[in-house]
Amino acid sequence: MKKFINNVDDFLKESLNGFGKAHSDIIKVNFEPNFISRKTKTKEGKVSLISGGGSGHEPMHGGFVGHGMLDAACPGFVFSAPTPDQMQAAAEHVDSGAGVLFIVKNYSGDIMNFQMGAEMYSGKNDSIITNDDVAVEDSTFTTGRRGVAATVLVEKIIGSLAENGGSLEECKKLGEKVNKNSGTMGVAFTSCTVPAAGKPTFDIGNDEMEFGVGIHGEPGRKREKIQPSKTIVNNMLEAILDDLKPQKNEKTLLFVNGMGGTPLTELYLVYDDACKILKSKGIEITRSLVGNYCTSLEMQGASITLLKCDEEILKNWDAPVHTAAMRWGM
Amino acid sequence: MITETKGYMSVNFLISQAKNIQIVIDENAAEIEALDQNIGDGDHIFNVQRGLKLVVELEDDIKNLPLQKGLNIIAMKVLSGIGGSSGALFGTFFMSMAKTPDLDKDIDFKKACEMVITGINAMKERGKADVGEKTMMDVLIPVSEKLNELKSGNKDMKEGLSEITKIAEDRMLGTKDMLATKGRASFLGERAKGHIDPGARSSQLIIDTICKSLINK
Repeated sequence: MKKFINNVDDFLKESLNGFGKAHSDIIKVNFEPNFISRKTKTKEGKVSLISGGGSGHEPMHGGFVGHGMLDAACPGFVFSAPTPDQMQAAAEHVDSGAGVLFIVKNYSGDIMNFQMGAEMYSGKNDSIITNDDVAVEDSTFTTGRRGVAATVLVEKIIGSLAENGGSLEECKKLGEKVNKNSGTMGVAFTSCTVPAAGKPTFDIGNDEMEFGVGIHGEPGRKREKIQPSKTIVNNMLEAILDDLKPQKNEKTLLFVNGMGGTPLTELYLVYDDACKILKSKGIEITRSLVGNYCTSLEMQGASITLLKCDEEILKNWDAPVHTAAMRWGM
Repeated sequence: MITETKGYMSVNFLISQAKNIQIVIDENAAEIEALDQNIGDGDHIFNVQRGLKLVVELEDDIKNLPLQKGLNIIAMKVLSGIGGSSGALFGTFFMSMAKTPDLDKDIDFKKACEMVITGINAMKERGKADVGEKTMMDVLIPVSEKLNELKSGNKDMKEGLSEITKIAEDRMLGTKDMLATKGRASFLGERAKGHIDPGARSSQLIIDTICKSLINK
């Protein structure tokens, strides 16, 4: 394992320390229990948005704390859900009286720990669960689909609504709409190495890729030989379009997300391929996002998320945001 | 192995069991990690090891406390110190055990069974998983059912515990050919088949360790 590490046990704490120092104009890192909050207090009457999950997906979620997005984020150990006391402490810290909305990715550990945190928090609160990963079949009898990169879009879009006075119910409703209008598909070329494990999570040949990979290096649905980008992108988009079934000329946001180890040059190439394919199918791309937002440590790979946009979604997407990882309009 | 216990459940009993379990889990850590890397992401073993370490480290703080208080402290430690599914589930287990009535009285074997059954029921509720879904519940639910039988019957305790170790092992092995419908392995579809569930394996080792220490007492 080659990583910037002093001591494996201090990995998370030292990284959070650095994050706090680097972005001290926007956020504050609180320890024991660990949570990242905005530097300024949530204004009175504004719904507080709290997300969280295992670490290793940076900048998600700490990088999305700030004006127009989250009020707090709870980082767990690498790839392990955070604990209920973190959510409780974060909620107590940020709630300004309008209630707390927890944004949770659909993984069993996250669901259980957020549920317990919500039970332990005495203030008004509700939760939304993201499950945009089309690689996994949805079913009410199973854990269902994973919550992955579209969580970034949900946090941005309802972050804006909350900033502009949206109620807890309205924020939840919009978040659920964004989630339902999104589909994501991921591909990995290499594994990632959890610091505590010290070795790659899975073995993969030099000429192979994992199609439908999750954001923890958990295996996808298929192991395939690597192919030209346009073929991979086409297969990814087919899976998404099968699920989302956009109308002809429907407006969409195209989000190409890096898994951590793939350079931006390649992500833009993927974006180009995706644009061509979507254009040939008559789907209009009205907004874009390209970069490393929901990562899996140093994994090479990318995910594509397509979000069907209506006026409400577009308006809130365009609204000003000022966080460590996303900033525009202010 | 376990040396001294008062009754069948006490703070000292829990701590000494945690120490025994720590040894067994460490011995089997590589296997559990490999199982998790096949169908999960490899964090389970670290979560279990971290949890055991935290409980063992509580010894000086809780060894003289009444059972209910000790259980609540263990529950909060596990809940806040582990993370992931294991932290929530095992935290729920201890928290619910602490809610069993009459813990201030002497805990006989039947009462101890009742506590464990209460804890496992709460885990089932929290995780919303039943048998056949390729999770630790495939081991824990049948164990709980057997404890319920032992609690109300007149079977020899050691014989009953020996049967439990067998049930746990069979059910653990039985997860191998299952499709997962809950937890992270559920995302794999058919590819989860052929691998034992790591949570089922760690739970089976825990049960095996506790039962054998009681049998050899």
